[in-house]
Amino acid sequence: MRRFPKLVMYSAAAAALGTAVSAQTLVYCSEGSPEGFDPALYTSGTTFDASSKNVYNRLVEFERGTTNTVPGVAEEWEVSEDGTQYTFQLRPDVQFQSTEYFEPTRPLNADDVIFTFQRQLDSEHPFHDASGGTWEYFNAMSMPDLIESIEKVDDMTVRFNLTRPEAPFIANMAMDFASIMSKEYADQLEEAGTPEMLNQQPVGTGPFEWVGYQKDAVIRYQAHEEYFRGAAPIDNLVFAITPDASVRYQKVLAGECHIMPYPNPADLDAMESEEAINLMSQEGLNVGYLAYNTQVEPFDDPQVRKALNMAINKEAIIDVVFQGAGTAAKNPLPPTIWSYNDSVEDDPYDPEQAQQMLEDAGVTDLSMEVWAMPVQRPYNPNARRMAELIQEDFAQVGVEAEIVSYEWGEYLERSKAEDREGAVLLGWTGDNGDPDNFLAVLLGCDAVGGSNRAQWCHEPFEELIQEAKTTTDRDERTRLYEEAQVVFKEQAPWATIAHSIVFEPIRQEVQNYKIDPFGGHIFYGVELAQ
Amino acid sequence: MLSFLVRRLLTFVPTFFGVTLVSFAFIRLLPGDPILLLAGERGVSQERYEQLSAQLGFDQPLWKQYIDYLAGIFQGDLGTSFVTKRPVIDEFFALFPATLELSLCAIVIAILLGIPAGVIAAVYRGKFFDRTLMTTALVGYSMPIFWWALLLIIVFSSGLGWTPVSGRISLMYFFDTPTGFMLIDSLLADQDGAFLSAVSHLILPSIVLATIPLAIIARQTRSAMLEVLGEDYMRTARAKGLPPLKINGVHALRNAMIPVITVIGLSVGTLLAGAILTETIFSWPGIGKWMVDSIFRRDYQVVQGGLLMIATIVMIVNLTVDVLYGLINPKIRKG
Repeated sequence: MRRFPKLVMYSAAAAALGTAVSAQTLVYCSEGSPEGFDPALYTSGTTFDASSKNVYNRLVEFERGTTNTVPGVAEEWEVSEDGTQYTFQLRPDVQFQSTEYFEPTRPLNADDVIFTFQRQLDSEHPFHDASGGTWEYFNAMSMPDLIESIEKVDDMTVRFNLTRPEAPFIANMAMDFASIMSKEYADQLEEAGTPEMLNQQPVGTGPFEWVGYQKDAVIRYQAHEEYFRGAAPIDNLVFAITPDASVRYQKVLAGECHIMPYPNPADLDAMESEEAINLMSQEGLNVGYLAYNTQVEPFDDPQVRKALNMAINKEAIIDVVFQGAGTAAKNPLPPTIWSYNDSVEDDPYDPEQAQQMLEDAGVTDLSMEVWAMPVQRPYNPNARRMAELIQEDFAQVGVEAEIVSYEWGEYLERSKAEDREGAVLLGWTGDNGDPDNFLAVLLGCDAVGGSNRAQWCHEPFEELIQEAKTTTDRDERTRLYEEAQVVFKEQAPWATIAHSIVFEPIRQEVQNYKIDPFGGHIFYGVELAQ
Repeated sequence: MLSFLVRRLLTFVPTFFGVTLVSFAFIRLLPGDPILLLAGERGVSQERYEQLSAQLGFDQPLWKQYIDYLAGIFQGDLGTSFVTKRPVIDEFFALFPATLELSLCAIVIAILLGIPAGVIAAVYRGKFFDRTLMTTALVGYSMPIFWWALLLIIVFSSGLGWTPVSGRISLMYFFDTPTGFMLIDSLLADQDGAFLSAVSHLILPSIVLATIPLAIIARQTRSAMLEVLGEDYMRTARAKGLPPLKINGVHALRNAMIPVITVIGLSVGTLLAGAILTETIFSWPGIGKWMVDSIFRRDYQVVQGGLLMIATIVMIVNLTVDVLYGLINPKIRKG
């Protein structure tokens, strides 16, 4: 571990006071260890919390607590008429953090932005392979196909030339992989022959600067005094890595930490009645669904799919599988995402009518497979149990369901097959808060044989989402997506099952904390009552 | 003695290669493709899959991967974690002192309490103390570690506030950790209260980790003592009028120690297995949690490197036990 005189002085003083936790230090009991500190190299939320969410900024950012995009280090941007050129104007006053290992000599400029993206885009770039990076998210969001070139217009202006119009591009620029790195710091590391340190000792422009990390134990940060939005109200931020949820809860109770993520559902009642704790909650940015294979008889008939949907008792699933930490889903979009169409009416739970509809469609003695995932996910904490409940529901309407499962990687691969037998339980957690990230990725024609597990390509729906993808006007996009959700409901390629509810217990003295709809943990703006 | 040592060292070689092969094969035999697991619901295109396979070296034939792995070992290179992108050996040595510190404390507790308890139980065979002790040992041996740890935390940390819930030292202390052993580093740091904080953080995890070995050692000591106490030379010692403390403490215990030492040596494996759960519950940054995470992520290099290091340590401990054996019982080293 390195020596950091400021912190040592501070900690010795705090220890002398004999307090468990200083009033100016916020302790977050995180659930795991970050894989590294360069967010572009990884895809896990744990790593993003420790890096992008608190240490870095992006050109565009999500407004705290919402999925709306707001200016980040770019104060404004223009989109060309054809939607293929995005020109970002950078703020002039953005300072990088000054640490024991790096002293910046200039504020953020276009070189930093270009460095950030070129290292991911260009395989010849000296930092492309520096940390054995695979740039997963950059690739998963199709950036290499989308970005034709990035140019420096002047010191404070950067232009992205795209290969096609793509409205979600702005939301993509607010994602973790787009966190702006310091070119000056990278140059210093390259000169020292230690480029991998970019992933181990981060330097960003964000509200907290990295102080030290003791593997699997603790990460320390302190407020970045020159943060362009103003220094954070707390002086120090500590991540106390605590993998077990019950122990995290005990630590919050004992005052050893202020905020914890991912409580055990079984502890929620106790937390609710605990005076020292404020139990916050919000719907997660996810959806759990059962995807029929719409290319295989009799599931190619929307009436059959709708009938099966009406046979599923979602409330029972919420009670048993989610133990209350979920809410029934009626749309393929979660309610926290913009353009969510609340006027859509869900198919009622009505086994009798469902049975009638199946008979009307000429379906009798139907037997089918229901696939249950072998892993726990936020959108489905116990797929096996969920499949059993669905199996019982289907039996009520005379449909015999057999539950099948495979190892996770195998499950994901096999469920992609266009001639797949049976209906698949799966789900999705949003990446960038853009409706396109759900509707096109999971239900678009291009995704058939891939992430479109319903193998559903429906022209009226496809036209709507394609038009929305190339329209930059937000109101118009909202209208198109709302209509797409109506079409989806009529056609019923999935049974939309549930959105999880995210719970976050925080201690009473914590103020102004907001749950991030993306599942991140952002501590800028949080205060501690004395 | 020398030939005994040489013979024992020679058996080391095939065991070592066996371990490299088993650890290499084990993680690859588990179903689950690391690239697909990494991609998750987002999936990965065939082209990208091939590109990643080549980058991570998974496209090579298995025998070639194994030879590369062996060649690496002899150069002191256990590979690089494909998750953290850091050398496996660096990660191991960053975490191992924490596991070692905890395990040593646990084994010391187990020995200091287990041997006297076993001796007393044997001496008072069939009496109330013996029955209570052996029942307690059975309970200790059968106790689910997870439940036991949480119970202690709820009572002593959250309830009574005597011990901290988890971690190695209070978050208020922040200093260099040159040795990785918090007890030593906190003394070196010379900050008020740091050493006491480190000690208080060790109490509950050490007790939890010591529970099973303590039960085993107590039971083993008792049965070994009972066997020795029935020997003729013990009767002779008693007949000579030696004080009971000398009879039981010196003559009997010394002869009863051989199976007990074996058990202590073997419990190193148990400790490492117990460390996985104990470290997870007490947020103890050791190798147990690290290995489990790596298995779930199919981080091949870490799993095979970590297993190799752990197996080597267990082999060294067993060798040491054998040598100790030889010192205690000359018949063995001559045999």
